[in-house]
Amino acid sequence: MTTKQPNIGNMQAGYAKKRKIANIVVYIILAVMVVVWIFPILWLVLQSFNGEKGVSLATMFPKTWTFDNYIKLFRQEGLSDPMDPNSPMVVLDIDRMPFPYGRWITNTFIVAVFSCLISTLIILMVSYALSRLRFKSRRTLMNFGLILGMFPGFMSMAAIYNIMEIIGLGKQLFSLVIVYSSGAGLGYQIAKGFFDTIPRSLDEAAKIDGATRNQIFWIIILPLSKPIIVYTALTTFLGPWADYVFVSYFMKGDDQKYTVAMGLYEMLKPETMHEWFTVFCAGAVLIAVPITILFTIMQRFYVAGVTGGAVKG
Amino acid sequence: MDYLDYMQMTRSQQIGYKIKTFFLGIPNAIKTIFLYIGYFFKSVFLFIGNGFKRYGLRFVQGDMATKLSYVIMGAGNIAHKQIMKGLIFLAAEVAYFIFMINFGMTYVSKIYSFGVQVDPDDPSLLVDGVVGNVPIQYEVDPIFGLKKIANADTADDSNKILLFFTLTLMISIAFFVIYIVNTKSAFATQEIIQEGRKPMSFVEEMKMFLDERYHITLLTLPIVLLMIFNILPIVFTIFMAFTNYDKTHNAFNRLYWWVGFQNFADVFYKSSEKSYTFGKVLLWTLVWAVFATFSNYILGIVLALLINKKDIKYKGFWRTMFVITSAVPQFVTLLVMRLLLDNQGIINAMMGTSIRFLSDTGWARVSVIVVNMWIGIPYTMLSVSGILMNIPEDLYESARIDGANAVQQFTKITLPYISFVMTPYLISTFVGNINNFNVIYFLTGGAPVPVDYSAGAGSTDLLVTWLYKLTVSEQDYKLAAVIGIIVFVLCATGSLITFNMSKATKNEEEFS
Repeated sequence: MTTKQPNIGNMQAGYAKKRKIANIVVYIILAVMVVVWIFPILWLVLQSFNGEKGVSLATMFPKTWTFDNYIKLFRQEGLSDPMDPNSPMVVLDIDRMPFPYGRWITNTFIVAVFSCLISTLIILMVSYALSRLRFKSRRTLMNFGLILGMFPGFMSMAAIYNIMEIIGLGKQLFSLVIVYSSGAGLGYQIAKGFFDTIPRSLDEAAKIDGATRNQIFWIIILPLSKPIIVYTALTTFLGPWADYVFVSYFMKGDDQKYTVAMGLYEMLKPETMHEWFTVFCAGAVLIAVPITILFTIMQRFYVAGVTGGAVKG
Repeated sequence: MDYLDYMQMTRSQQIGYKIKTFFLGIPNAIKTIFLYIGYFFKSVFLFIGNGFKRYGLRFVQGDMATKLSYVIMGAGNIAHKQIMKGLIFLAAEVAYFIFMINFGMTYVSKIYSFGVQVDPDDPSLLVDGVVGNVPIQYEVDPIFGLKKIANADTADDSNKILLFFTLTLMISIAFFVIYIVNTKSAFATQEIIQEGRKPMSFVEEMKMFLDERYHITLLTLPIVLLMIFNILPIVFTIFMAFTNYDKTHNAFNRLYWWVGFQNFADVFYKSSEKSYTFGKVLLWTLVWAVFATFSNYILGIVLALLINKKDIKYKGFWRTMFVITSAVPQFVTLLVMRLLLDNQGIINAMMGTSIRFLSDTGWARVSVIVVNMWIGIPYTMLSVSGILMNIPEDLYESARIDGANAVQQFTKITLPYISFVMTPYLISTFVGNINNFNVIYFLTGGAPVPVDYSAGAGSTDLLVTWLYKLTVSEQDYKLAAVIGIIVFVLCATGSLITFNMSKATKNEEEFS
């Protein structure tokens, strides 16, 4: 009788088979998850091409395909005389449209550009000062900022609105710019983490050559900080596109001053939902595409900024 | 118990030990917080005390000009040949007094009463004990005992009085700082002259703002903006919590006035309706924060591990698919979700059911947590993917040489590494979830609203969405202010405790 030798070839084959099954299971799980995650977005995109009004229930794919929803965002028709139901239908000018999407985009863009410029400048200034300069009250200021950041953002919304009305900025787009950028000084952490990684020997060398701290900031540090500048600019630019809270309180009832988020939300009010749902989808797709692209770009710089911060350990 | 004992335990014992130390650590953490607070007050008092001491010493040791600058700002600098600087101090003083006399004092003098109402004794208004056509009703201010008419027009605007009082307060503090800087500067120039040196010229001092004092140049604008548009409104709102500012007491119809701690008492125990609602909302906020945080955390890690599994191909593709969903603005995806989950929505249609996903308390609570997973898992997946790539390969190498199998490698290396690096992330997500406005507001808007809840709150409302409703639709500003303060206290203590505990357990888990 021979002792039974374990068949190595067989065992390896079994192991490979097991691994293959495990991989297939993982692929299936991932595929199912991707479907779950993509489904709502796909539905949104498909509905934006739906020729029929109302929220479609039965089918995923529209029965009739159309591009009209996109056109309707910018070109809306109405009675030439709103008082007289028998008056002929005309193409409304943007001041009289029920949902002036074009104006919302312009509003949001203006607010985003200005608050991006101001916030980026503020964040860079604050994070440079807190990272590279040493002064007596540095720690105190940072702790104070930390505490201030823990108050819920819109707790003092009513008070800010009062201030805006008193200084004559009530229902003005500029009040939104101020709201989004005045708090920028508190969001210095990521940029500071980046500045912390730039070797201090650069500053020392420049100082020996007679450069002031002002010159070091503009000539040496800023040119080295491109990733964090791009990241900060993109995040601050994207902020106003997604904010609903402040716009809804500040611009209540004045639909010519809405930003995109507020305007699109209004479209889905129960009384207008049936008529405007597919148009809402078109409007959402139209802003989601550029934002998704910018977000993906930002993601790359975010990784650069954060791993830069992690190097120092 | 030292490190060796700990390493000899089995995995489950280690977990048990960690849970035990976590809970045993809470009293200690709370103790440390009180110590911090004590330390904080001690240092504040020391700062003030020392400040006064030095302030007095400077006065005693100063010459005539320095002493004079304690009353007329800038006198010391002007006498010591820093004319420009002295004039600036003087201008600041003059400007402050003009401001106070013309503006500030009016509001400071009215702050205790919050202004006057149209006088009911004014015969032109009063007809047979009636203001206009309405019989007079009185309310009594509980703090100062002032008689307030509940139904008459006001001559003053309480809101303006409180706002400008807060502004005056902040300007006064700023002025006080300038005043102290003035006395310091006067004494410093005096010393320089006594030592026989030449005091700096104005131009030289201005140049310092580009170099030695560059931080002042950089930080002034951001701090001024924060003062006006963050700190001033927050202080204003905190004051508001001690008044009765609401729908019936506001700028448009009536005055509001000080009520002391009454609003806090109402929320905590005094008013049975409000304290019941508050308790329910608070409890749900905490339950939500725990579930929302940990479901995202655990499933995000699982997803990252699946994608980063060694033999899985097209890793970039899988990752991109999930990242795209988180790039779409949240209000868009959440509104879409709301439509999908509607009673007659496509999900019910596809399954042939009619589940009230968003309008039944139990279902709505589950739905918001599940949808929040949809929102949050891609973020966690991204961060964890980054961490997984950073785990040093030699850790696995040596584990394999020691004969560790895949499961052991996972539980002994990957998992501890992730949980170590992700702890700060976990804390910030938890605090973020307490403040998570978007998911709740866009999905359910706080609905359904049970009959026994008051002040507009619904059963999926978090403290912050309730706060938003109180401000925007209920116009119960006093209650909103109280809730805001409570959320702040919640977040602050939460982060302090976890910060403390993670500091305490760090040594044990250090990877190096």
